[in-house]
Amino acid sequence: MADLKPDELIARTNFTPPKTGWMDTPTVIREGMFCYAAKPKSVATLGLPYPREWNPLNDDWKLPENWKEIIIEGMKDRLERFRTFKIFMDICVRCGACADKCHFFIGTGDPKNMPVVRAELLRSIYRNEFTKAGKILGRIAGARELTLDVLKEWWYYFFQCSECRRCSVFCPYGIDTAEITMMGRELLNLLGLNIDWIATPVANCYMTGNHMGIQPQAFVDMLDFFADEIEDTTGVRVHPTYNKKGADILFTTPSGDVFGDPGTYTAMGYMILFHYLKERYGLDVTWSTFNSEGGNFGLFTSNEVMKRLNIKMYAEAKRLGVKWILGGECGHMWRAITQYMDTMNGPADFLEEPVNPITGTKFENAKSTKMVHIVEFTADLIKHNKLELDPSRNDNLKVTFHDSCNPARGMGMFDEPRYVIKNVCNNFYEMPRNCIREQTFCCGSGSGLNASEDMELRLSGGLPRANAVKYVQEKHGVNMLACICAIDRAVLPPLMGYWVPEVDVTGIHELVTNALIIPGEQEKTVNLRGEDIPNKDEMDPDEYYTRPDFSGR
Amino acid sequence: MALNNLLKQNKDTIVKKWLTSTIDIYPADTSRFMKGQKDPFANPVGNTLSVNLGPLFDELLNEMDCKAITSYLDPILRVRAVQPILSSSQSTGFIFLLKNAIRESLKKELSDKNILKELLYFESKIDELTLIAFDIYLKCREKVFGIKANEERNRTFRAFERAGLLTEIPADGPGL
Ligand code: SF4
Ligand code: SF4
Repeated sequence: MADLKPDELIARTNFTPPKTGWMDTPTVIREGMFCYAAKPKSVATLGLPYPREWNPLNDDWKLPENWKEIIIEGMKDRLERFRTFKIFMDICVRCGACADKCHFFIGTGDPKNMPVVRAELLRSIYRNEFTKAGKILGRIAGARELTLDVLKEWWYYFFQCSECRRCSVFCPYGIDTAEITMMGRELLNLLGLNIDWIATPVANCYMTGNHMGIQPQAFVDMLDFFADEIEDTTGVRVHPTYNKKGADILFTTPSGDVFGDPGTYTAMGYMILFHYLKERYGLDVTWSTFNSEGGNFGLFTSNEVMKRLNIKMYAEAKRLGVKWILGGECGHMWRAITQYMDTMNGPADFLEEPVNPITGTKFENAKSTKMVHIVEFTADLIKHNKLELDPSRNDNLKVTFHDSCNPARGMGMFDEPRYVIKNVCNNFYEMPRNCIREQTFCCGSGSGLNASEDMELRLSGGLPRANAVKYVQEKHGVNMLACICAIDRAVLPPLMGYWVPEVDVTGIHELVTNALIIPGEQEKTVNLRGEDIPNKDEMDPDEYYTRPDFSGR
Repeated sequence: MALNNLLKQNKDTIVKKWLTSTIDIYPADTSRFMKGQKDPFANPVGNTLSVNLGPLFDELLNEMDCKAITSYLDPILRVRAVQPILSSSQSTGFIFLLKNAIRESLKKELSDKNILKELLYFESKIDELTLIAFDIYLKCREKVFGIKANEERNRTFRAFERAGLLTEIPADGPGL
């Protein structure tokens, strides 16, 4: 604020701001709403163009001289290669059905976050360069020149879209603004204009196999530590295997589950489940220390980068000679698999069509990608009565479920998580209908926007989600928000901390293993978090639950 | 207390005016949406305003119970503290707009000197309310800064710390 000039200060106290249309409202890049620029080292590691130090707040973005040409050429190339892009540029009738459906518009109050306007940012240039009407009629046809301000506006608003696809649910033409954002980001990447929270994890993943840049030995150390913790609370020693050739199944999960709370408890959940299945049914599931990341921030960069990171999972499955891949509770990993894998690196012919060896269930939906979601897998086990469960062990919890955008709108998985939760918990409450399932509200931090510096963006974008949680918290006393996405597990705790501090966050497999009766277990007195397990007879969930203090609240 | 009765009688008009001018601080497309969408889950920002301004007005008419006032103001300021599209003064100063709303609604009545006098007193209550709003706004901003400073990185480091692996990670390691 201190560096504002007097007239700017006065403008900021004006209570009737000018009512200009979006094209005539200049974009102001505001602190708290953007992520820092990509570090040159990370951009260079990936061999992407124009690595350099630059700062979004400076006038000079150090662009190559022919930047305009590069963008227009890039658009032309993509319009030819991607039919969806071309169609989405052409068919919008500007009906506005999508306009108020974006959590970022709802939360930030910024009209340029209306999906239709977000798309128009790009479409206006498309019209100007590639359509007759635009070339002749200019503004009347909704066209405008590509200028430096436009480029900056793109950058600002394409990194204020979490690619969640909520808007596409309401579009009568099925226009997916998330894909327009993806194209916008691809184009920006041609000029080295990425954000660091995406570029550095991608570079890490490319070099070491996970977003954190954690070496294989540290990965093993972490899982061994989890095994100790599990032994402390259950009395059972689990023995995860690593890079085991000839195992039945390769398990891949986001590194967030291995390296960040409260995802770590979900990771312990996976380990206990695999131990159980090994003991009971002889199923051999292995972890890979090289393929130590299920997430794919390449998806938020460009098609090519996504493809490069995605292939690793399949290369490792091939190397180890497993039958198929089981994937953990991740969000965008499933979008990459369900929507892009087949045409990107598929079909994965060298793997078997996934069948659950314990129940005989064929996972038809994974026939071609050969990758099964662990929640489907567990739901199938429960359905066939293959897990011994005592849901009362979760009686201290009143649970609601957040449909993560990607498993929900990216792969259509709505019922399996609910089925699993209801079988392992006695108290489950849905949020209102227009906030769940295909209409779910994003956490506000997806698609690589989960940095710290853009916290205002995240907290305002997450408001519609938090608001619905607050409703069930007030109405039913909900104290636990379950989700099946590692980014959610990382970003929902601060979101809840700000809006609904009474509510904590968990992955579903933490709940599953709370309830799972493990062969040879000692009488459990505490759960994986070290909290007392409720005494069945005298439980009142309202009184019982006190929330652990995660930092950041 | 003639003014208080007038304010009570005209509450609906005044609060509506206040609400409208408060929403109009947002850009046109946003304010149109906030006024039009009645579903509280589709429009949490507009809903927060429309639910809380009425009770706030009641508090001004009564004793101004600080706890009650905070409970109505907090949700509004909590939203504004994460909306950089509004300046800090716009975020907190919406309360002053109540003065306009009253003056416009009671134009005729305010030609009475005694009522005008009462209004001066009432307006100082509005000023007080604005100061409370300022405190709450700042608290929320501090909360945001606290979250910024502590969150993911720390939670990741905490997991590492628990595992005794802390020395192995680079100081500038990114999360996830
Ligand atoms: S994809 Fe999601 S974040 Fe992006 S414009 Fe649509 S609703 Fe908004
Ligand atoms: S709903 Fe579809 S057609 Fe209508 S404005 Fe939005 S993107 Fe365009």
